[in-house]
Amino acid sequence: MLIKNKQNNLLTEADVTDEVIYRQRRDVIKTMGFMGGTALMSHSVQANPFSFFSKEEKPLFKTRKLDYKAAILDEQKRTPEAKVISHNNFYEFGTKKSDPSENAQHFQVNPWQLKVHGEVNKPFILDYDDLYKQFFLEERIYRLRCVEAWSMVIPWLGFSLAKLIRKSDPTSDAKYVAFETLHDKEQMPGQRSRFGGIHYPYVEGLRLDEAMNPLSFLAVGLYGKTLPPQNGAPIRLVTPWKYGFKSIKSIVSIKLVKHQPPTSWNRLAPQEYGFYANVNPNVAHPRWSQASERRITSGGLFDRNRIATLPFNGYGKEVSHLYKGMDLEKYF
Amino acid sequence: MKLTSKNKTVLLKTILHCILFGPAAWFFYLAVLNQLGADPVQAIIHFTGLSALKVLILGLIVSPLAPKVKMIPLMQVRRLIGLYAFFYACLHLLSFFIFDLQLDWSLFISEIIKRPYITVGMIAWLALLVLSVTSPMFVRRRLGKRWQSLHNLIYITVPVVILHFYWSLKSGWVEPLVYLIITLLLLRYRSQKISRLFSRKIKTTLLKN
Repeated sequence: MLIKNKQNNLLTEADVTDEVIYRQRRDVIKTMGFMGGTALMSHSVQANPFSFFSKEEKPLFKTRKLDYKAAILDEQKRTPEAKVISHNNFYEFGTKKSDPSENAQHFQVNPWQLKVHGEVNKPFILDYDDLYKQFFLEERIYRLRCVEAWSMVIPWLGFSLAKLIRKSDPTSDAKYVAFETLHDKEQMPGQRSRFGGIHYPYVEGLRLDEAMNPLSFLAVGLYGKTLPPQNGAPIRLVTPWKYGFKSIKSIVSIKLVKHQPPTSWNRLAPQEYGFYANVNPNVAHPRWSQASERRITSGGLFDRNRIATLPFNGYGKEVSHLYKGMDLEKYF
Repeated sequence: MKLTSKNKTVLLKTILHCILFGPAAWFFYLAVLNQLGADPVQAIIHFTGLSALKVLILGLIVSPLAPKVKMIPLMQVRRLIGLYAFFYACLHLLSFFIFDLQLDWSLFISEIIKRPYITVGMIAWLALLVLSVTSPMFVRRRLGKRWQSLHNLIYITVPVVILHFYWSLKSGWVEPLVYLIITLLLLRYRSQKISRLFSRKIKTTLLKN
């Protein structure tokens, strides 16, 4: 076997893996196609059997720098940007972690319309430019805990959800907030799949008091720049005390409603995913113990990164009062 | 040059070693250089697990294929393929324990007990372990007739592996279904043998009672 050894392959742990290497890796994995099997199956909707030879390079989605108020630095080690934008669960673009960054690069975010409506006195629509101008942008460094028992630390840019909701002036009937992702089968190959999976468009929801909590955040950027599509461009929710799937991406509708709205993963597997989905080390998922997690930072295969998972992902001080008196094993 | 039957076997085995060992070496090489994306741990676990399944299926292809292509040496590589399946299954299990659980024994044991998909995966690994340790010629001779009935265990093990794969998925069933269909098609070639197997078992239990 021929192994090409380039000098820049020799990375140290401190190095952030760059784009080139990520691309090499994809080529390598494509070539492997190990005994053909998977090449014929699902996943790579766009891949043709000769893509290894043609080596066409897709242009990357263009992000741009944003102006914002920086967060105060804390001791948490952040997940390198290259990892944040290449390891994504965004089934609209494929179910493998690398699919979204591969399939979403042509995603159109401008023009965009985010509708804020429902039980409100002042419904409004945010256009693409409004997303960055309507509210003062600030940075928040949040832990993101995936239900699959891995986690990251990500510097988001955006504004608090409460600000947006207040602007809409909710009526007294507004008890919940329902969110919806763009539904566009042309652009989102995952939405075309007809075989057992999420019912699209992806929907999520919060209780109004959860949505009004200062931690609830609408992100329009990360690491100083606008969001890349694989992370939910142009605007996504971030609720750091809940499992990642609550943080709905590429939002087109925020609707204030009277009753608890349906949520995508709960609809698919109600015994596995609840409406609340608060990070809770004491309530295991049928597939993952939630007592601990692997924190993805700059480390590689041999990194000892398994750490204990904290209730509410360590944000108990900020949010535990929202659930006073509730049986969190029942309302998981 | 005309290859003798023995040479053919050697050639075939050499090719198989390259095809079956190469990817594992390459993947771990990339993993050590941190070139497997943001989470090399998950990449390694998925790669080794799926490879084990694919090699198992490759093993099932041999017997029906050999008479068709008139390649007798093919029959002599079944053990090698089977052992490679076990090799990948071991890498899979070790990667889970070392890189994912990071040598936490208590977590390892509780995960095996509490997560049905891991329980099933562990059962499949144990079955492959039994088949592997009974694969050397001297053990085979000692086991005599019982060897074949023991090794028929593989017909159950492969579907169990597919169940483990299916249960490990968060959503979707297309990929495991494709593997299952291929497996069932291959098992069809042994349908007589498998049904004979069951009927004999029923007979012996009836006789015993």
